[in-house]
Amino acid sequence: MTATALLANLSLIIPELVLAIGAMGLLLAGVFIKGEEAAARLVSLAAMALLILAAGVAVFLAPQGGGTAFFGAFVLDSFSLYAKAVIYLAAAIALVLAGHYLQTERLARFEYPVLILLATLGMSVMVSAGDLIALYLGLELQSLALYILAAFNRDSLRASEAGLKYFVLGALSSGLLLYGASLVYGFAGSTDFNAIALAAEAPSIGLIFGMVFVVSGLAFKISAAPFHMWTPDVYEGAPTPVTAFFATAPKLAAMVLLIRVLMEPFGAMADQWQQITIVLAVLSMAIGAFGALLQTNIKRLMAYSSIGNVGYALVGLSAGSEAAVWAVLLYMTLYVIGVAGAFGVILSMRRAEGMVERIEDLAGLSRNRPGLALAFTGLLLSIGGMPFLVGFFGKLFVFYAAVQAGLVWLVVIAGVFSAVSIAYYLMVLKRVWFDEPTGGEFINPPASVAVITRVTGIATVGLLLVVPFMLNRVIEAGSAIGG
Amino acid sequence: MLQAAAFYILAATAVISAFMVVAARNPVRAVLFLILTFFSAAGLFVMLGAEFLAMLLVIVYVGAVAVLFLFVVMMLDVDFAALKEGFLNYLPLGGVVALALVGILSLTGVTWVVSDTAGAALQSPVPADMANAEALGAILYDRYVFFFQLAGLVLLVAMIGAIVLTLRHREGVRRQNIARQVQRTREDGVEMVDVKSGEGIG
Repeated sequence: MTATALLANLSLIIPELVLAIGAMGLLLAGVFIKGEEAAARLVSLAAMALLILAAGVAVFLAPQGGGTAFFGAFVLDSFSLYAKAVIYLAAAIALVLAGHYLQTERLARFEYPVLILLATLGMSVMVSAGDLIALYLGLELQSLALYILAAFNRDSLRASEAGLKYFVLGALSSGLLLYGASLVYGFAGSTDFNAIALAAEAPSIGLIFGMVFVVSGLAFKISAAPFHMWTPDVYEGAPTPVTAFFATAPKLAAMVLLIRVLMEPFGAMADQWQQITIVLAVLSMAIGAFGALLQTNIKRLMAYSSIGNVGYALVGLSAGSEAAVWAVLLYMTLYVIGVAGAFGVILSMRRAEGMVERIEDLAGLSRNRPGLALAFTGLLLSIGGMPFLVGFFGKLFVFYAAVQAGLVWLVVIAGVFSAVSIAYYLMVLKRVWFDEPTGGEFINPPASVAVITRVTGIATVGLLLVVPFMLNRVIEAGSAIGG
Repeated sequence: MLQAAAFYILAATAVISAFMVVAARNPVRAVLFLILTFFSAAGLFVMLGAEFLAMLLVIVYVGAVAVLFLFVVMMLDVDFAALKEGFLNYLPLGGVVALALVGILSLTGVTWVVSDTAGAALQSPVPADMANAEALGAILYDRYVFFFQLAGLVLLVAMIGAIVLTLRHREGVRRQNIARQVQRTREDGVEMVDVKSGEGIG
């Protein structure tokens, strides 16, 4: 590679460079700033600035028409740019949510924002992957940072258990993925997505095997059933702001990666992978809906809710069309917004004696904090896809894509599970609105968290006005990859 | 002729010393035999024209891994004789695993020989005007530079993780402070006492 070629390649990965160099710089800065809390606060602020800068670069400074860098390993198209912008912003929101919690729980350390930055960098590489090696390295960079974050509260037994469980099962899924990738490489003769796509036009049995393993490995990362076992325990055990991060950016990134893998290298094998995604979708929806009914911990409930929502996204993805791509993209975006807000509310569940996270602790929230209760209602119902909140349109388009591809029966099943899942959201909301308060009042949430819950709460209705604009964006993003 | 002789000597040393690694009673000797195995393998690599790999084997495996083994073996009080007691009990299972490995290897070998396309893959020789290290570097730092840097970042995350999850600054630990030691003067360290003879200082 000549110097000019290298520069041309580097110009495509400016957001990633910002994150990588920024993370390393902040790591150094954090060591030299006096005082642990001051270092944590400053580094956290700088990391937010970097994420917003990277999002700005991705949105406004991206070269027209995109391109590929590093011999096809890195693909820049409107699809990856859209995903990146959402991921960067979601990571910034996760940092905003974390600040106050980490300080009060005595976890404020400057490594936290640095790890978030590096995880975000991994996701950014994932959504731009054009090669199996880039896919794996991005995924591993992300996962490794997430394992550490899950165990960040190292003095807590539950957090350590969550981290260890996540690590072991994550390693297992990486093993599945790598085994599949080696089969794909062996039978397609290349790790490059374009070359695999050529081989997929007349797939050999080995290539199909490899594809199945790769998809299984990725199903772990999006926590689709039957690869979901880690989700409730990790969501419950990890510190709440870490859970908030898990449920937003990494989920979107893994889903986007799955879309790219299914549509680009294995695009010609849609008949084969459609069966897998349909089974994953039905199982995820069932486990998400029925598993959540019996939960008493709000974080576990959110875990089952996320399993179920991945199921609905997979319903759309099973269509395998261009409409499927943009519908899932829109659905996941709206889901990320809803979940970020819902975790804002969970982080506001703090009494004088400390954080609480049981569902029954929410009793009587509407009397103490009507604003928070209203926001929570909007957010939960939007995640559940209640009509005329913005989440409903996400589900609507996903189902539309599936119906268009002739999967009417799947949509009927999804509708039934959707109704069941509304039930448990309503059970939570019944506590909020109709039950007598049991414990003391919640103390005032910090301003940063309050802003997030308010903005996302309003967004569940307010975004309805910009749905057409969002549609334009996701359709443009979807056109880069679908068809 | 000389090449054939060198090959047979190196190969025989490798096989014998590998056997001795398992057979040696004294663990320190076993590690030393392991080092000998590595050296013979490195010699075989040189004969294949892969001098860079040979160098890596010596530096990484002999220089780091084997020395680490040696440290562990010498510092930990492990009774290797007791460890080897169940050897005969586990022999059948171990034998089956070994046979399976031999089967897999021979299967791969046979397929390789029979296959029409495998030969082409074998013949990707190092360019004549390029040294080994240069050829590897040209691939690693050029074609695969993106992956190489990403792998570096993954290792950085692993390092941060190890520090975040295990490093604790304990209170009340006495640490050596060289600057303070150097700054210490005669006045800080020595006290002159005028002791009357025959009385002591008690």
